[in-house]
Amino acid sequence: MATDSAPLKEPADRAPVTGTTGVEPLVRFDKVVKRYGDHVVLDELDFTVRRGEHVTLIGPSGSGKTTILRLLMTLEKVSDGVIWVDGSPLSHVRGPDGSLRPAGEKQLRESRKKIGMVFQQFNLFPNMRVLQNITEAPVNVLGMDRELAEGRARELLDLVGLSGKTDAHPSQLSGGQQQRVAIARALAMEPEILLLDEVTSALDPELVAGVLELLGDIARTTDITMLCVTHEMNFARDVSEKVLMFDAGRVVESGTPEKIFTDPEHERTREFLNAVL
Amino acid sequence: MSDFFSTLLDEFPQVRSGLWVTVQATVLGSLLALLLSFALGLAAGSRLLLVRGVSRTVVEFFRGTSLYIQLFWLYYAMPQLTGYELTPILCGVVAFGLNYGAYGSEVVRGAINSVPRAQYEAAVALNMTPFHRMRKVILPQAWVQMIPSFTNLLIQLLKCTPLLWLLSAADLMTVIQTIRDRTGESLTAYLTLLAVYFVLAYALTLLMNLLERTAKRRLGLHTGGKSLLKTRSAEPAPTAGGAR
Repeated sequence: MATDSAPLKEPADRAPVTGTTGVEPLVRFDKVVKRYGDHVVLDELDFTVRRGEHVTLIGPSGSGKTTILRLLMTLEKVSDGVIWVDGSPLSHVRGPDGSLRPAGEKQLRESRKKIGMVFQQFNLFPNMRVLQNITEAPVNVLGMDRELAEGRARELLDLVGLSGKTDAHPSQLSGGQQQRVAIARALAMEPEILLLDEVTSALDPELVAGVLELLGDIARTTDITMLCVTHEMNFARDVSEKVLMFDAGRVVESGTPEKIFTDPEHERTREFLNAVL
Repeated sequence: MSDFFSTLLDEFPQVRSGLWVTVQATVLGSLLALLLSFALGLAAGSRLLLVRGVSRTVVEFFRGTSLYIQLFWLYYAMPQLTGYELTPILCGVVAFGLNYGAYGSEVVRGAINSVPRAQYEAAVALNMTPFHRMRKVILPQAWVQMIPSFTNLLIQLLKCTPLLWLLSAADLMTVIQTIRDRTGESLTAYLTLLAVYFVLAYALTLLMNLLERTAKRRLGLHTGGKSLLKTRSAEPAPTAGGAR
């Protein structure tokens, strides 16, 4: 019960002070608050993610990890504070007087261009076959030529090891296969930031390793920035360069996986790791 | 009894045209109802209060007033008010369409709401426009769920068409009534009507089952060979999203 301790942060995690850093982080949470009624999920949260970084968010259930991803995907609205992505406010627009107002659907769609998400329950479209699940958005959202999109979709299916399943219905696939298609579908939109929300939690144990391996490959071979909520500590250790430990809507501790897993500074982190490892 | 059937044969052209009127009223009425179901059902989910309000009002009005009175109103009162006179069949089509459109809009609204929110979220994550989300993701999944309820409404609409007799439209009911009056064979006449409407309703059921089977197959759901002959689908509505 760490009641009175302020959240610990690395210097890099502070909101950049003008002049000290040359590069604006790709993602910056600036005093972000998320409330549902009286329940505070995120409490003046500050953290940053650099371009190309692979960040794992860990922490007990209800600590607000998934909410962070949902805010970034604009599936939820911030109650207060601002999320900055690549120097622009994610879900706000600047009014004529310079103040920030909540963005409308049009601006939100502009923000979403950079971001893709893979969900715990895959959420493939059951009314489309595998190939169309992947090509639907590139063709109709990005305006890509259909043949080009299909060619790329086949390459992506090849990458995720499902080249034989182009004409299958999602319902004919195993959970692991569905999740691979969902990963291919997200990659087809060429996001700069990929959000992974407990992507292995709904899978049978024997299917987990394959999906994690695939994500590890993607992390190593692309420059996509990844934010990953997971209970797979091995994945956090092998793939990410930074681990953020959350509790009660705050970053309790952050650092390299080696540091967090071998020498956590915070009592809450130790408790959590003891419970899950 | 033989009297009735020999008259029926003699009057076969009338009977045939009566059947045609019934079919016309059913088909056109249900097409209008389908159109209104989607218009009112989609409007009910609008973000704009005004659009929702209009939809709600129309639905409550036509659900809450009697079909008989609407028919009479359209046929007898509206010409006095507006100077326009609709043919009896057209009155029927409009009244049936508005009534069953009101019921159908609730079916559309319910089916749209039953599509898991996760599907909407996946579509948002792929940056689809609200229209694109509705057309390519939500409605195709909701459609499968609408069909069994639409089948019920369609059959109810068919069974309302004898009301056209009240407007002296020459529908099947009216024609058979005339033959009954002439021969005095009430028993046979009404038994015949029961049988004919049953056959028509069953044909509609089969057609709708076929439609449901195609729609389900498009979602990759298994459809048993027997499902065509069932009067309504008994299995739980298919849901999308996860593979739980």
